[in-house]
Amino acid sequence: MKDNQLLEMIESYLYGEMTVEESAQFDALRKKDATIDAKIAEHKEFTALLKQYNERLSLQSRLDEIHEEIDVHTLKEDLMAHPSWIVQLWRHHHSKISVAASVAIFAVLLTLYSTGSLTNKDPRVLPLREEIHRIDVAQRNLENKTNSIIKSDKTGPTISAKFRGTGFALTGNGYIVTNYHVVSGADSVYVQNAAGESFRTKVVYTEPQYDVAILQINDPAFKNLGAVPYRFKKAKSDLGETVYTLGYPGDEIKFGPGSLTAATGFKGDTTEYELFIPVNPGNSGGPLLDDKGNVIGVITGKQTQTSGAAFAVKSNYLLKAIQSIPADSLNKSLILNTKNSLANLSRTQQVEKLRTYVFMVKVYNQ
Amino acid sequence: MNNQLNVEIPSDSEVIIGILNNSDSVLKKLYLGYFPMILQLVVNNNGDEDEAKDIYQEAIIVLYNKVKRGDFELSSKLKTYIYSICRRLWLKRLKQLNRYGGDIKDFQEYLPVEDEVEKHEERDMQLNKMGDALKLLGEPCKTIMEDFYMHNRSMQDICERFGYTNADNAKTQKYKCLQRLKKLFFQQ
Repeated sequence: MKDNQLLEMIESYLYGEMTVEESAQFDALRKKDATIDAKIAEHKEFTALLKQYNERLSLQSRLDEIHEEIDVHTLKEDLMAHPSWIVQLWRHHHSKISVAASVAIFAVLLTLYSTGSLTNKDPRVLPLREEIHRIDVAQRNLENKTNSIIKSDKTGPTISAKFRGTGFALTGNGYIVTNYHVVSGADSVYVQNAAGESFRTKVVYTEPQYDVAILQINDPAFKNLGAVPYRFKKAKSDLGETVYTLGYPGDEIKFGPGSLTAATGFKGDTTEYELFIPVNPGNSGGPLLDDKGNVIGVITGKQTQTSGAAFAVKSNYLLKAIQSIPADSLNKSLILNTKNSLANLSRTQQVEKLRTYVFMVKVYNQ
Repeated sequence: MNNQLNVEIPSDSEVIIGILNNSDSVLKKLYLGYFPMILQLVVNNNGDEDEAKDIYQEAIIVLYNKVKRGDFELSSKLKTYIYSICRRLWLKRLKQLNRYGGDIKDFQEYLPVEDEVEKHEERDMQLNKMGDALKLLGEPCKTIMEDFYMHNRSMQDICERFGYTNADNAKTQKYKCLQRLKKLFFQQ
């Protein structure tokens, strides 16, 4: 039997066009041959699908026809939740916006990175520090001016103020020399070392003629400094000699380099040297050292009329003053060091050694 | 909402009886009755009115076929059923279009209808395949197939229409066409 004949039979069987006899025959065939049965089922399914397809098309067109009658636009307007334009913008373009934002963020980061703004350094720190520094300088100037006013008026009434100068160790056991004008009229005198520790002192001797005062640290917290590294020079120093000083014109120890410019001081004062050295009133009482680290004088800082000129008491007058201390004023031995351990050191090494022997002298008046 | 828009909503039983009786007027009432609800769903969830139309018509077809098959039980409201089907279809569409933002703004309560939508989509695929096969079939086969299998015309009619000299020739032609259509359909 040919396929097309079989199909014809299947169709007439399915449509009920067969006679009873034919139908019975076909049923028997169906039972005998399973492939025929499968073919019937397949054909049935396929034609049903064709029918459904047709039904779908017609239903669709009916629905389209109905849809035509709806005023969709007006309806939509009524039903929209009307989000703000920015939300709509986001909804329609969020991918584009995201890409744009990413690019922008990247560009900003790149710019920040390349300009160095991305480091942790706050650009405001620098001006702030400068600001603090400026205030600090202004305050120091004011303080120094106050000090010089007080110092220049030795015989005047005591002014209730705190001022200071510099002092340095004569011995390791707590004897310190400074200027008489620094401590004159003081109620209490403290010295402060480079580490910031303060010690109470007693004025054991003053020699106003040479502007020298000898202090003794009598604070239990004080520990022996050890042998002083410098020697006190007895001989006169020569003009042109390179000299330097250490002192506390401010809160920190300062190095001041200079040279010896004259053998006499202010108005021909033979007890002093004239120096070309940068000193401020706070330097008063500081040591004047030569190249080898010998103490050749004590800064008095009585300048100001002559620009660039400073003065220092010659060391032999300091020694004279020490010799004239009455023995009963001293409860500890005051034997000056004669060995100089600074001679062969570089300037920076000398300064490093010296700094523990140089003190800030703080004076309190009522 | 619907009152506001002056739309008459047919009762659920009216719709079912209407569909079973092929009533155009009931179909129209049904369509007009629930379209605003679906338009609202779609336009407020990243869609436009044309997408709402597609989704809604699909849902109506699902309902229509279900009623025709006789297995629609009035266990839920028609409104909820239509909304659920549309919601499911729209979610799927959004995901396909990569427009799904992670949540959907709902306006009605809804039922789980995943299985039904799944079945519908399978069937839809078959029908689309059939449509494509018919397009590829060409004339006169396409018209013969449509006339005989879709419009239930007799072979006699077809014979006259295409000028075949006898019914056997027409039958042979119809057989060839059907074989080709099957081939096209299953090849896809």
